[in-house]
Amino acid sequence: MHNSSRRGFMGKAFGAVAGVGVVGSLVAMKKTWDPLPSVKAAGFTTLDMSIYPEGELITEKWRGKPIFVLKKTAEMVASQTESQKARDVVVGDSHFMIAIGLCTHLGCIPGYNAAEKSFLCACHGGQFNWAGEVTKVPPPRGFDIPPFKIEGNKMILGEAGPEYQAMKDSGVTL
Amino acid sequence: MAHFTKATSVKDWLNQRLAIEKVEKVMASEYWIPKNINFLWAMGMVLAITFTLLLVSGIFLLMYYQPDVKDAFYSVNYTIMRDVDFGWLWRHIHGVAASVVFLIIYIHMFTGIYYGSYKKGREMIWISGMLLFVTFSAEAFSGYMLPWGQMSYWAGMVITNIFSLGGLHMDGLVEWIRGDYVPAQAFLTRFFMLHVLLLPLAIMGLIGLHFAALRIPHVNNQDGEEIDFDAESKKYLAGDKAGSKVMRFANDFMSKDMMVVGIYLIFFFYLVFFQYGFALDPVNFDPADGLKTPAHIYPEWYFLWSYEILRPFSVNIGLMAFGFAQVIFMLLPWLDRSPNAVPASRRGAFSIWFWLLLIDMIVLTAMGKLPPEGIFSTIGLVAALAFIVLWIALPFITMNEKKA
Repeated sequence: MHNSSRRGFMGKAFGAVAGVGVVGSLVAMKKTWDPLPSVKAAGFTTLDMSIYPEGELITEKWRGKPIFVLKKTAEMVASQTESQKARDVVVGDSHFMIAIGLCTHLGCIPGYNAAEKSFLCACHGGQFNWAGEVTKVPPPRGFDIPPFKIEGNKMILGEAGPEYQAMKDSGVTL
Repeated sequence: MAHFTKATSVKDWLNQRLAIEKVEKVMASEYWIPKNINFLWAMGMVLAITFTLLLVSGIFLLMYYQPDVKDAFYSVNYTIMRDVDFGWLWRHIHGVAASVVFLIIYIHMFTGIYYGSYKKGREMIWISGMLLFVTFSAEAFSGYMLPWGQMSYWAGMVITNIFSLGGLHMDGLVEWIRGDYVPAQAFLTRFFMLHVLLLPLAIMGLIGLHFAALRIPHVNNQDGEEIDFDAESKKYLAGDKAGSKVMRFANDFMSKDMMVVGIYLIFFFYLVFFQYGFALDPVNFDPADGLKTPAHIYPEWYFLWSYEILRPFSVNIGLMAFGFAQVIFMLLPWLDRSPNAVPASRRGAFSIWFWLLLIDMIVLTAMGKLPPEGIFSTIGLVAALAFIVLWIALPFITMNEKKA
C-alpha cells in the first residue's frame, strides 16, 4: 500500500513534467510553422494609381497573389448599382475595381473576358462581373478586396486605411 | 543473466541470442493461411512490393532533388531526367508506382468489401487499412507538390484552401499550413519534409499495425468460413496436408503470392518503359506560376471520385459532402448491420449495393475528369447524391438480411 501510493505519486509527478513538456513542444511546433517575419514584412506593395488605362484589366502582385486593378470607364461608373458602389474604390477622381484575383471558392484565378466585361473561373465554373460581384456559384461571395490605404495618388496594399476599414465593417469584403 | 552454452553452429549462436527459429515459425512457416482463397488475396503482397519500389526509387530521386522554389522544377526535369544516368528510370518508376498503388489499393479495398473481410473480429484490419489509405493520399499529394510545376502549385493552392473550411473562413489556418500567403518556399520545404520523412514513417508504422491486426482473426477466405486454426494447423503438422484447411504462409502461400507478384511486375514495368505518360501530367511540365491558373485543374485519377463529390455543390455543402466521403468508409464495419461474413453474391440486397457503389465511384471518377458543364454537371450531381444515399441506406438494407 505504502509502495503503491509512492508509485502513484511518482507517476503523477512524471505526468506533470511530461504535460508541461508536451504543451511547450506543441507551442514551439505551432510557431515554427507560422509564416516567417521576412514573409510577413514583404507583405506590402505600393501602386501608382495614376498610370492605369481606362476599361482595361491590369494584374498586379501582392503577397504572391494576383491583384485585379480595373479603372472603370465613365459608363461603368454611371451604371453602378448601390451594391457595386459599395465596392467602388475612389482615388482622386478615378474609380477602380480593386480585388484579390482569386476565386472565392478554392482560389483559382478567373479569366477576364474584355468583350463581356466579366470573369469566368475555369476550375469550377464560377462567374463574376466587372464590379467584382459573384454572378454564378460555386463561389460564395464576390472577390475579396485586399487591405489598402490611399495616400494621394498612391495605394499601399497590405495596410488597412479608413476606406478599406469601412468596407470591412459594412461586410462588403471579408 | 540467462544461461548460454557453447554454440554448435552460427545458427545455434543466433538462436540462443535472438531465437531466430522461433521468430521464423511465428512469422512465416507456422503463420497459417486458409487454402480457400484466390488471386485477390495476393494484393497485400503486391502492395508491399509496390511500396518497396516507391521507397527505393524515392531514395535515388532524393539524391538529386532540390527542395527550392527556384531549382525544384529543373532538378526534376533537367538534372534527374537528362543529366543523371538512369534518372528517368527512377522518376518513371516513382510516378507510375504512385498511380498504380492506388489502383491496387482500390482492388484490395473492394475485395475486402465483397468478401466481408471487415466483419466481427476483423474491424482493426479494416480501420488500419483505411488509415493507410488516408496516409497514402497525403503522401501522394505532398509528392505531387515537389516538381513545382503548374499543377503542383495550383493543386497546392486549391487543396490547402479547403482547410479554410468554407463559411468558417479559417484563412489563418491556411496561411499557417502554407507558412506564407500563397504556396511558396516554406510550403515546398515542409511538404518535402512530410513526403520524405514524416508520412513514410507513419505509413511504415501503419503497415506494421495492419499486419498485426491480421494475426488473431487471420486472413478471411472465399466463403467467409470460420476456421479453427489451432485444429487445422495441428492436422497439417501431423502430416495431413491435404485434409487440412490451412497452409503455411511460407513457402506455401508465398509461392502463389509471388507468382501473382511476378505477373504484376511484368505489367508494371511495361507501364514504366512504354506507357509512363499517364502518370505525368503535361500541364506539370510548365514551371509553377502564381499569376496564371491552368485552364483545367483536376487531380490525379485516384482522387477524382471524391473531388467530384465536392464539385457540384455550393462551397459549404460541397465541403460537408467531401468530408462525409472521406470518413464514411472507415465506419463500414458498423454501418453494415448484418453479421454474415460471406461473399456479397450470397447476401441479396447487399450484393446490389456493392455493385451500385462500385459503378457510382467509376461514374464519379469519369465525371471528375470532364469539365463541369452541361450534362456532365448533372450526371456528376446525381452520382454524388447517389454516393451519399447509398451509404445512408446501408444500415437499413443490411439490418434485415437473412442468415446466410
